[in-house]
Amino acid sequence: MIKKFDKKDEESGSGSNPFQHLEKSAVLQEARIFNETPINPRRCLHILTKIIYLLNQGEHFGTTEATEAFFAMTRLFQSNDQTLRRMCYLTIKEMANISEDVIIVTSSLTKDMTGKEDVYRGPAIRALCRITDTTMLQAIERYMKQAIVDKVPSVSSSALVSSLHMVKMSYDVVKRWVNEAQEAASSDNIMVQYHALGLLYHLRKNDRLAVTKMLNKFTKSGLKSPFAYCMLIRIASKLLDETEGGHDSPLFDFIESCLRNKNEMVVYEAASAIVHMPNCTARELAPAVSCSPKAALRYAAVRTLNKVAMKHPSAVTACNLDLENLITDSNRSIATLAITTLLKTGSESSVDRLMKQISSFVSEISDEFKVVVVQAISALCQKYPRKHSVMMNFLSNMLRDDGGFEYKRAIVDCIISIIEENPESKETGLAHLCEFIEDCEHTVLATKILHLLGKEGPRTPQPSKYIRFIFNRVVLESEAVRAAAVSALAKFGAQNDDLLPSVLVLMQRCMMDSDDEVRDRATFYMNVLQQKQKALNAAYIFNGLSVSIPGLEKSLHQYTLEPSEKPFDMKSVPLATTPITEQKTEIAPIATSKLPEKLAPSRQDIYQEQLAAIPEFQGLGPLFKSSDQVQLTEAETEYVVRCVKHTFARHMVFQFDCTNTLNDQLLQKVLVQMEPSEAYEVIHYIPAQNLPYSQPGSCYTLVRLPDDDPTAVSCTFSCTMKYLVRDCDPNTGEPDDDGYDDEYVLEDLEVTVADHIQKVLKPNFAAAFTQHFEQRLSYATTDAQCYVTNLWFCCTEAVGNIISFLGMQPCERSDKVPENKNSHVLFLAGVFRGGHDVLVRARLALADGVTMQVTVRSGEETVVDVILASVG
Amino acid sequence: MLFREGNSFAKCGFFSSLFSGLFGTREMRILILGLDGAGKTTILYRLQVGEVVTTIPTIGFNVETVTYKSLKFQVWDLGGQTSIRPYWRCYYSNTDAVIYVVDSSDRDRMGISKSELVAMLEEEELKKAILVVFANKQDMDQAMTPTEVANALGLPALKDRKWQIFKTSATKGTGLEEAMEWLVDSLKSRQ
Repeated sequence: MIKKFDKKDEESGSGSNPFQHLEKSAVLQEARIFNETPINPRRCLHILTKIIYLLNQGEHFGTTEATEAFFAMTRLFQSNDQTLRRMCYLTIKEMANISEDVIIVTSSLTKDMTGKEDVYRGPAIRALCRITDTTMLQAIERYMKQAIVDKVPSVSSSALVSSLHMVKMSYDVVKRWVNEAQEAASSDNIMVQYHALGLLYHLRKNDRLAVTKMLNKFTKSGLKSPFAYCMLIRIASKLLDETEGGHDSPLFDFIESCLRNKNEMVVYEAASAIVHMPNCTARELAPAVSCSPKAALRYAAVRTLNKVAMKHPSAVTACNLDLENLITDSNRSIATLAITTLLKTGSESSVDRLMKQISSFVSEISDEFKVVVVQAISALCQKYPRKHSVMMNFLSNMLRDDGGFEYKRAIVDCIISIIEENPESKETGLAHLCEFIEDCEHTVLATKILHLLGKEGPRTPQPSKYIRFIFNRVVLESEAVRAAAVSALAKFGAQNDDLLPSVLVLMQRCMMDSDDEVRDRATFYMNVLQQKQKALNAAYIFNGLSVSIPGLEKSLHQYTLEPSEKPFDMKSVPLATTPITEQKTEIAPIATSKLPEKLAPSRQDIYQEQLAAIPEFQGLGPLFKSSDQVQLTEAETEYVVRCVKHTFARHMVFQFDCTNTLNDQLLQKVLVQMEPSEAYEVIHYIPAQNLPYSQPGSCYTLVRLPDDDPTAVSCTFSCTMKYLVRDCDPNTGEPDDDGYDDEYVLEDLEVTVADHIQKVLKPNFAAAFTQHFEQRLSYATTDAQCYVTNLWFCCTEAVGNIISFLGMQPCERSDKVPENKNSHVLFLAGVFRGGHDVLVRARLALADGVTMQVTVRSGEETVVDVILASVG
Repeated sequence: MLFREGNSFAKCGFFSSLFSGLFGTREMRILILGLDGAGKTTILYRLQVGEVVTTIPTIGFNVETVTYKSLKFQVWDLGGQTSIRPYWRCYYSNTDAVIYVVDSSDRDRMGISKSELVAMLEEEELKKAILVVFANKQDMDQAMTPTEVANALGLPALKDRKWQIFKTSATKGTGLEEAMEWLVDSLKSRQ
């Protein structure tokens, strides 16, 4: 019946929820019938249900209306309808904190909790404890004590659990009920015993000695309730953890003895406690894993092992045999967890065997579990890079199987990451991917792979073999894939001279395509390629636009609004702040990453918008770069100030985000006064008018960069926050009429060379680098300088420091230094303030320290000077 | 007033056709009010179960159905502590009669009792309610007589109000019978 209902529910969408379109005001109006006599229990029940539904939907009830409804509800106590009464208890609990004067039902609830009707007693206790405060609690103390030791389990449990909640509020009162709780702890009912133990523990948890005594008592006397045993185990392991007790402690003995308990839940809890202890040994784990008939317990055990496998893989190894039995478990969650655990714990030698085992069953599980398996393989590849050929084979087999988009995407991402990690796997990986796109229904994946082929294919020993796969796409696929294929083809033509004639022929064919985009791309690439100029290839085929897309859209729109004689200037477009991360170091989250989202405006686009709204900042031109937030105060101070440095072509704007953490002060006219150490000139302060308690506000300082000395890129500012203080009442926030001026010294703010350079990714660095070299004779300058430093002792550290110092984008994955290498070349690309491309090549050699040779290339001489000066 | 048309008891076998004819078709609603410690809760349960029960100060209210001479009354006993008295008014609507209980031995607080009574009787919702005053705790040595109590409360000055005072002792069970008899008669004759 219920199933049928559910189905209908699904089909008709939201239509079948009778409470869907409830109006709070209408319901409260209806609640007036509570005041009528005689009472109609069925109608009242329905209205109470509506009220509770609304409350649980998060509907806000004002105090007056809630109180009115609550008092109307109290009239329902005259009815002896059981269902209605219990609904009243629920309503009381829901409204306990939103209605006033809820204590009005105290007597009625006290009567119900002591009455003859057992079904009323437990719920009445729980409702009563919700409306009671410390002073009232003493009035009902006698009844609570009686209820705790009541012979009806539901009453006793209710009283114990309610007492547990009251501990937070009235510790001193509840403490007096210890004797009753002790008595309840020896109850025959498993729930009562568990709840009593819980209350006893919470009353004593701050007193380690008392907890120890309690543990001793119960571990000796033994308990009936498995729940109570689990709790004892938790308390014991916590105590062991705090006292750093070793495996020879009697508490550990107790936990270990629980491994032989008759109840499986207790066994699992004990095993879980043991594996979570430092230095646990494998021997103790076995009993928890081995063949429990209950799926939930097996699942819990495997899950724990899976977790442990990350920390102590060796400890789980002992259970591998059991885990392998679980691979064939009929419960797929268990099977998947068992496999992923095995993949984590397995040694390199067992990988082959494991992969074989998985292949046998992978076709039987659903896509989501397959994705988990792929993730595990992905992690395994990172751990054992040498096993890539086995993995690659396995993945390609999986790729051939049927499966949904998520699954295929996980595999493709995994293969791509393997290719990036292991250069020697590149050709096999590309071959598998080529095969995959021959029959791929997912446009997103096909275009992604085509892009990868375009990037990697031309640099393989045999580029020609990929051409066929790519051109097949032009013939067979949808527009988006065809366009991606054309771009990939162009990259082959640009990089491989011997392929160029054939590529041009194919391009010619593409120019007759039925789709505009495909034709446009083909025509464009055709023309570029026919020029046979490396520089053009580098600029227009390998390394595309590096501007922010929303920024470009806005600039173009602006340009069409204000027609001008001048051609559109690409340099006026803000650059993309987060270039496509070529360097993907973590492969793990492949399955969690979402589908390509809509192009959201970046953080910098948002800043650009905010700053443009301030009249004083009109005419500064496009925002070039916004730095990360710099903390100018300690974390726990009266005022918290963070600064964002915004760089424009000739100016900088410092945005100070201030928070006032004093609730008895209102700050007004807040500004940050800046004293530059260099020839920087402060031209304007824009204060934050009001800074009330805990509401962040921003003030700005506008600074002109020195025109006459373009090499002065770094500067230190001493900063002082100045403001008018108006003391105010912490409760109402009402400020005094008068205020007084005050100031607060902030930490110094540094402007460095990195603030003048924006990261830009050049997917093909070599092409871009030579492009500049060839144009050198006309206007570009290059320079080189050597210097030695002993600051760094390994290349990795040096690379990290150089990147963060210059604030440029590492290219060609050159930020990753292969292990145990004594030399390394780092490629960096960026754009200097004003729109000048900069490329840096740093050759590092490790001797006693790291020696570095830097080559800087740019179209602008001063830029080269600036960077060399800052490095040297 | 909607409730006057209610008919849920018309089919009920409890009511003889005679009474349903006399009383209309609904349960009578009675409030028991008075200062704290006057004996309201004791009276309620004496009426309901005919026994003296141990009581604690009422925080809020007790509501019981009392059957007297096979008539059903819905009796609300509201707490009399200073902090609870402001809530009395939440329960005034649709009340047929008020039983006002006074501790006859508590001469000191007779004035407070009077002012609470006067304030209550001024309420619009209680304009038509019949007033029965119980001069309770007559078993005590220093108890005031009903006449003294009536004068102390200013009852003789009441206008437009049907009222009567009875001497009662809830613990001994005396006087309650007569008081209820009068109340039933008055309610009947009011129909």
